[in-house]
Amino acid sequence: MAEIKAEKFEKVLTKYVDQEGSASLDFYRSHGGYEAAERVLKELKPDEVIETVKDSNLRGRGGAGFPCGLKWSFVPKDTDKPKYLVVNADESEPGTFKDRVIMERDPHQLIEGSLISAYALDSHICYIYIRGEYYDAFLAMQKAIDEAYEAGILGENVLGTGFRLDMTMHRGAGAYICGEETGLLSSLEGKRGLPKIKPPFPAVEGLFRCPTVVNNVETLSCVTHIFDRGVDWFKSIGPPEGPGPKLLCVSGHVERPGTYEVPMGINLLDLVNNHAGGIWKGNKLKAIIPGGSSAKILAAEECDVGMDYESLAAKDTMLGSGGVIVIDNKTDMVEALYNLLRFYAHESCGQCTPCREGTGWLQKICGRILHGDGRPEDPDMMLDLSKKMCGRTICVLADAAAFPCESIVSKFRSEFDEKIAAGDGHERTVHLGGPLVQPGALSAHNQERLDELQGGH
Amino acid sequence: MSDAPAVKKKFSEKGLEFIDWLLGRYPNKQAALLPVLRLAEEEFGNIDNDSVMLVAETLELSPGYVWGVLTFYTHYRREGDGKYLLQVCSTLPCALRGCRDIQHRLEEKLGIEAGETTEDGLFTLKKVECLGSCDTAPVVQVNEKYHENLDIEELDKLLETLRG
Repeated sequence: MAEIKAEKFEKVLTKYVDQEGSASLDFYRSHGGYEAAERVLKELKPDEVIETVKDSNLRGRGGAGFPCGLKWSFVPKDTDKPKYLVVNADESEPGTFKDRVIMERDPHQLIEGSLISAYALDSHICYIYIRGEYYDAFLAMQKAIDEAYEAGILGENVLGTGFRLDMTMHRGAGAYICGEETGLLSSLEGKRGLPKIKPPFPAVEGLFRCPTVVNNVETLSCVTHIFDRGVDWFKSIGPPEGPGPKLLCVSGHVERPGTYEVPMGINLLDLVNNHAGGIWKGNKLKAIIPGGSSAKILAAEECDVGMDYESLAAKDTMLGSGGVIVIDNKTDMVEALYNLLRFYAHESCGQCTPCREGTGWLQKICGRILHGDGRPEDPDMMLDLSKKMCGRTICVLADAAAFPCESIVSKFRSEFDEKIAAGDGHERTVHLGGPLVQPGALSAHNQERLDELQGGH
Repeated sequence: MSDAPAVKKKFSEKGLEFIDWLLGRYPNKQAALLPVLRLAEEEFGNIDNDSVMLVAETLELSPGYVWGVLTFYTHYRREGDGKYLLQVCSTLPCALRGCRDIQHRLEEKLGIEAGETTEDGLFTLKKVECLGSCDTAPVVQVNEKYHENLDIEELDKLLETLRG
């Protein structure tokens, strides 16, 4: 891997986000905006666009890291069905908040990237599925789309080339599972956001049973810059098998949480200590979740690692969504895990038994350890359960819950064992999570009826 | 269809125009369900049984189907929600930076627990999962607006402002 010179790195995705009026079309055009799209639409054939993106080794920035050009090449050419491009702006992975910056502060780069991508895919309809909570981002995107229609950048005759593209904002309404691409498509069809079995993959049979490509906001924004600055520029940043600029979201116990645009492959400790200002309050580092809450945790001594797909895979974790959650040495890992398990149990769509039951049981078992009722066999049971949840469900939410569980229990085992040993007489306070499930007490109403019945005997 | 339940609510003229526009953006009416539920929320303040009946009729879906979809999602305002819906993010990145204190303070100041509405109908307090604003934790979303980097002092000020 080539050494990455951070000082030579020039930001592109967030270059203008701190400037006044950066979201407007005038601002965007004054910095060369839509020149790349115009050149692509006028000079390149759709297949050449796909080949360029393949050549760039751009990998998905949403979580799975799938090669973008390869995904596009799965869309059948000989179909008379409409083809859809769907922008995944659901951004629901805990610890991730990068797409919001793009949409609120530089939305036109997303429109431009989507335009180039739609052209490559011969798609004339693009939906942007945005999480319901992101209201400001929704407004900023809608305003940018309106401006683009007004200027002839979207609509019947894109940039005077005769290419047609309609773009529609579609708001979600609070469901983590709608960030999973088939769950997202179900939601976009006006259904409960239930993931679907693959195959067929969306590229062949997706939205409204038509060929569909779903790409993340940051991925499509990268497409803009690949055509603006060239493939060689893109490939020169970070490891060649998955290069490019990367938005990393640093949250948790650091002095300066935020979204940092860095070269792919930046050292995780460099990111945390230099960019994000180090661990807060002078505390020490305990662990980092490197790629959103679903990624396996790295203990402090494992954090000297490059933030790229391959280096993190070599540490048995993943780049995921780029959500870097930093945890200091004062943190109770049982409590932290309980918080995450509650999240997954809450967000499981309930279709598949291993996920619906598994996430619920993991939360309950971790909850009883946390609250002093743990049994000596519980940590092993959590590991066993995690293992049995993986790879047995329609989508990867089960795996996403199992990964943090398996890694936190095995890497911080002593904290679990100590809590269990200290068990009896442990203070029963409710910590990060919700209320504990009470063992089968009757409701007041039922208790009265029961008392009546028993009184009658 | 004499036994079909009467629809008691109506969308405004502007709302109907918006629905027409929406229906032009999708190949079928069902796909417009989430945006039309949003419209009902905006026009009527929340989504109750009458809103569901209206949305079902508008999109030619069964009320049962609309209920099924509505209840899958947590972000729609529902009947009985207060004027201000306070959604406290409680997922790990916010938890690491003190969202529990924020929630407790709100419970203490409002005299209700998460999931409840104040007697005067002004506030509903909800504990929600990740709001995607972890760099500005802890975060409370009040209706559509995010209030970020909150501490107890800021929170008290916010409540005062909302009480007017």
